[in-house]
Amino acid sequence: MATQVSTESVEKTIYDGLVELGTERDDLSREATLESLDVDSLDLVELAQIVEDEYGVELKGDDVKDVKTVGEVIDLVVAKAG
Amino acid sequence: MTRRVVITGVGAVTPLGIGSDPLIDRWMAGEVGIADGYGRCLDFEPTDFMSKKEVRRADRFTQMAIVAGDEAIRQAFGDEGELPYDRYKVGCVIATGIGGLVSLEREQEKLITKGPKAVSPLAVPLMMGNAAAAAVSMRHGLQGHTYAVSSACAAGNNGIGDAVRIIQAGDADAMVTGGAEACITGVATSAFAAMEATSASGISRPFDARRDGFVMGEGAGVLVLEEKEAAEKRGATILGEVTGYGVTADAHHLTAPQPEGEAAAKAIQFALEDAGISAVDVDYVNAHGTSTPLNDAAETKAIKAALGERASDIPVSSTKSAIGHLLGAAGAVEAIATIEALRRREAPPTVGYEQPEEGLDLDYVEGSAKPIVDGDGPVVAISNSFGFGGHNAVLVLSSVN
Repeated sequence: MATQVSTESVEKTIYDGLVELGTERDDLSREATLESLDVDSLDLVELAQIVEDEYGVELKGDDVKDVKTVGEVIDLVVAKAG
Repeated sequence: MTRRVVITGVGAVTPLGIGSDPLIDRWMAGEVGIADGYGRCLDFEPTDFMSKKEVRRADRFTQMAIVAGDEAIRQAFGDEGELPYDRYKVGCVIATGIGGLVSLEREQEKLITKGPKAVSPLAVPLMMGNAAAAAVSMRHGLQGHTYAVSSACAAGNNGIGDAVRIIQAGDADAMVTGGAEACITGVATSAFAAMEATSASGISRPFDARRDGFVMGEGAGVLVLEEKEAAEKRGATILGEVTGYGVTADAHHLTAPQPEGEAAAKAIQFALEDAGISAVDVDYVNAHGTSTPLNDAAETKAIKAALGERASDIPVSSTKSAIGHLLGAAGAVEAIATIEALRRREAPPTVGYEQPEEGLDLDYVEGSAKPIVDGDGPVVAISNSFGFGGHNAVLVLSSVN
């Protein structure tokens, strides 16, 4: 399942997911912090559900507790799926 | 000395439109917001009032409470909504009969079709009955007594009554209070239909001989209450006063009211005693008037028992003839309609009432609105709400000069 996961594909999934959760697309970048986007722990659980649906990767609270930026979320998913 | 409690802001989302003005203007004109057997708030689009994220984080009943709360707080405290009191002295009690049923049913569907991992982490915070009180508190920084009241269709009145007591006790200087309900869902409509509580004809006509059950509605009503002296001191516009509150329980049956309405009559009597008035001082009755055969007969008996001869001299009408039954929001929306009716000194009609039934012989305000008559001073109303489980909650409301 997780053999061909590209960074571009994960980025699109994460960006689309964050927009679905109420973030403005124009505010999104790899450098944007979750705090500046008002993405909280509940949003991260929902985002993890989207990621799991898409890539079969399970993200637990412990996995994301130190994540600060959107780029770090993307890299974490790519690393886990790889 | 008892602290007195006045109303300084009202807000509503009802099947007659967004806002307290369409509620009272349209009901007074005899208009009905019911279509296809339901009182839906068809004009309500939550994204008109809040961000996409706020909408996602609130069940429909909470969204409606937020919008009604914004209106009430704007009216009381101005467009900036800056609180004129210590935040810990302003609380928020919002009632609901059922809570976030739309969210519960959606997540249950996901659980069954996709499994437990598909269930949203928001499921519980969306469905919990206190979600509306919590959301309004967070939105406006209200940090005093904040919780939900749940007593089925009496909940709106219990919420307001509790808020009054909290102010009277000195625990708050102001309260944001009311009720919200949005459960026109598969489970709720099926259950009410199965118990034959809802109308097969889809027509809400309280007290009429042809009435055949209630029509489900949805919406929210929110009021801002303040301690009278503090409100006067800050120059607030006072819309009316909550002068009395009476509560009893039937201890009789899960869904049916006591047929003779004894406990309901007692609640009216307690409310009048609390207000320090007697039956002759009551100028208008905003009835619970659900349009079920049992309620409207028992309530008529209760009104007669509590008010005696005065019952025949004053107008008695039901808001539910115009908007259906808003369950846990009903009392709050009806308190708003009542206070506005008192301000206009006009009793809105029981829309659609035409055919009297033997024993149901009060003045139900047939046809069109009529004057509330009692000299030039303040006029007084009682507003009844009764709920499944045998809950009876009655408010006494008064206009101010």
